[in-house]
Amino acid sequence: MADSLAVLIIVSTIASGIRLATPFLLASLGEALGQRSGVLNLGVDGVMLLGAFGAYYTVLQTNNPYYGLLVGIGTGLVLGVFYGFITLNLRAEQGVSGIGIYLFGLGMSDLLFQKFVGTPRPILPFMPLHFPVLSDLPIVGEMLFQHSIIVYIAFGLVPVMSFILYKTTYGLNIRAIGENPEAADSLGVSVMATRYSAIIIGNGLAGLAGAALAIELGIFQQNLTNAMGFIAIALVYFGAWTPTGVMLGSFLFGLVQAIVLQCKTFGVIPRSASDLAAMAPAIITILALVVVAKRFKQPAALTKPYVRGG
Amino acid sequence: MSQINSNTPMLQMRGITKRFPGVLASDNVDFDVRAGEVHTLLGENGAGKSTLMKILYGLYQQDEGEILLHGKPVRLTSPAHAIAQGIGMIHQHFMLVPTLTVAENVALGLKSSRGPLTDLKTVSRRITRLSKTFGLQVYPDAYIWQLSVGERQRVEIIKALYRDASILILDEPTAVLTPNEVDDIFVIFRKLVRDGRGIIFISHKLQEVLDLSDRITVLRHGRVTGTTTPDKSDRHDLARLMVGREVKLAPDKHQVEPGEPLLVIEDLFVYGDRGKQAVKGLNLKVRSGEILGIAGISGNGQRELAEAIAGLRRPKSGRIMINGHDTTGYKPGQIRKIGLSYVPEERMKDGAIGEFDIKENLILLNHNHNPFCKKGFLCFGEICAHSKRLVREYAVKTPGIDTMTSNLSGGNIQKVIMARELDAEPKVLLASQPTRGVDIGAAEYIHERIAEQRQQGTASIVISEDLDEVMALSDRIAVMFDGQIMGIIERDQATRESIGLLMTGETQAPVETV
Repeated sequence: MADSLAVLIIVSTIASGIRLATPFLLASLGEALGQRSGVLNLGVDGVMLLGAFGAYYTVLQTNNPYYGLLVGIGTGLVLGVFYGFITLNLRAEQGVSGIGIYLFGLGMSDLLFQKFVGTPRPILPFMPLHFPVLSDLPIVGEMLFQHSIIVYIAFGLVPVMSFILYKTTYGLNIRAIGENPEAADSLGVSVMATRYSAIIIGNGLAGLAGAALAIELGIFQQNLTNAMGFIAIALVYFGAWTPTGVMLGSFLFGLVQAIVLQCKTFGVIPRSASDLAAMAPAIITILALVVVAKRFKQPAALTKPYVRGG
Repeated sequence: MSQINSNTPMLQMRGITKRFPGVLASDNVDFDVRAGEVHTLLGENGAGKSTLMKILYGLYQQDEGEILLHGKPVRLTSPAHAIAQGIGMIHQHFMLVPTLTVAENVALGLKSSRGPLTDLKTVSRRITRLSKTFGLQVYPDAYIWQLSVGERQRVEIIKALYRDASILILDEPTAVLTPNEVDDIFVIFRKLVRDGRGIIFISHKLQEVLDLSDRITVLRHGRVTGTTTPDKSDRHDLARLMVGREVKLAPDKHQVEPGEPLLVIEDLFVYGDRGKQAVKGLNLKVRSGEILGIAGISGNGQRELAEAIAGLRRPKSGRIMINGHDTTGYKPGQIRKIGLSYVPEERMKDGAIGEFDIKENLILLNHNHNPFCKKGFLCFGEICAHSKRLVREYAVKTPGIDTMTSNLSGGNIQKVIMARELDAEPKVLLASQPTRGVDIGAAEYIHERIAEQRQQGTASIVISEDLDEVMALSDRIAVMFDGQIMGIIERDQATRESIGLLMTGETQAPVETV
């Protein structure tokens, strides 16, 4: 009896870890793509917030979560064009302009929320999918096959992104430009176009991550993401700029969050210490970064604007 | 390529003029290349070689003049365009992505036969074929970071051949190679021109130019000062065309009987930046009044050795003695007080502060002492008098002592550093790559000042990749490879071949007992 309860708890913890990892995974896949091309985007969190609000408001109006996802992506794409213009055309310092985007997203999403919504109203979240046979499997079914569509989109993007990076000409261009843009340029690969595309797609994924978060929670509020975008950036380093590594990092982070939540529910952690416990995922990420990330080198041209002959 | 009429040059550049703000980089230059020849562009830094080649490779557009390929005028607007026209460039700083494989580097920028997907198998097969045809040994699956400099260069050549380059621009291709590698690559260049290609060889190493070229065009201040052939001229003629006056290629020797050892290094171990041993049990002795040259390819521990002597890098074990003091582990300032002067390899990083003006750089060693500083205040009267004297004595070409140092040419910045270091009247002079990137005139001057140190009784070490420089200056030549001294050869017994072999660690010459 005790055994089956333990199994139940473990299964539900892993399932919720996967769910919690989803927005991190989407955002950090996008960030990894941008960084692979040599552009650092510290504004992920701001893009997520605007994507989240866009998605929330759309679902509020249309009652269709899929429209919400599309608006979230669209918001990210537009911000991607904007960020590309700042960093690639104007060659602004990437650390500072990214923080600018973050602050813009933080303030703007709240302003729009206050102006158009005011009091929080819940929206229709995604329903978990039901796969014949698979979802009804014991243990595995609950762990892997009873999630909402966005979870499958996020994890499905991992192999897609690996394929693009390592098997396509476009991916080869991105990897080359992040390391030695001069070499790519000397062979006629457009550094500008490639970086633009990587930033736009990356920001689109950040917008999608925000949308996923808002729709999953069914609400929006000021600073909904609570710095998740910054964690996503850290996870890119943790994952050594590979889609699989980023996925492992996101899952680990989601899992630790889930464990902390479970512990709170079961009263393992006293109320007074719950704020401290909430820091656990961040602390574990920092420790893991110290241990893991030092072994890998970041793309050599990261944060360096490219000027021909410069 | 075989049907090209050898009377029409593959490439003609006519009346090329290019202006940059305040500079005429290329002034009505004519240049051509025929199939089957190596045509060398010779000139000092800033003579306009690079500008001309960047125009040919589509990186710059000329203001005036025209380019004809196989007799037809073309306008080259980008590297991609130049490549499509059969022009390939081997850049001096390799254009390779270290984290990618050889095949990936070659495939970069090419249209793939599989649409959006890469087709590395086909690319690898063709690389293997090319490498067999021309004797360019490379492995398509190796990562660039795993390769030696010589191997990387072969990848660069393969990259150009893969794109069917019929005209190859080689920008200082021998700068980073050992003498033996140079011989090998020259054989390959010969094969390439026999195959009907045209090679533009850019270099400032006079002997190599004479060895390889069919024709030589010399540029100075953006203008052609002469076109000649190796059988009609020698090194002195070429140097004269380059500089515009008679040049001494080696300083006069005033042999001095060496005295006491002033620098003694015993069993020295030093770690490099990546935590690997860079200097492995090195022993050296340099005596008063002698110049010891250290030859070797960069990256064999020379930088770490120099930094250890100067106190910038703490040795793991062993002993360094300067003028009788054990200076192992001393701070740089203490070591300088004991009598070391140091001319570092990276002039703008470790040697001078670019944003400072000349007088500030000239007092960097003792800016906080009498007479330049009294009670915490700088004494500009003394500083200016001192700086004016050094600028005059060391023939620094500058508008004045208030000029920002980074506005000077490489040669003049190096003269400023030499002036500061030699004015300290060192017991031991340590000069690392003293004339790298410095024009011939300034190099001649710097060499003379180093040679003069013999009469001052200084013990000098000159670390250089440039074998000609080491041979021109040194009394004894030590060859460094993989953190060790492979052998020390007396100058009059040293040949390029004997040093070249030691540089690759191939033979162990009898080490002189020191």
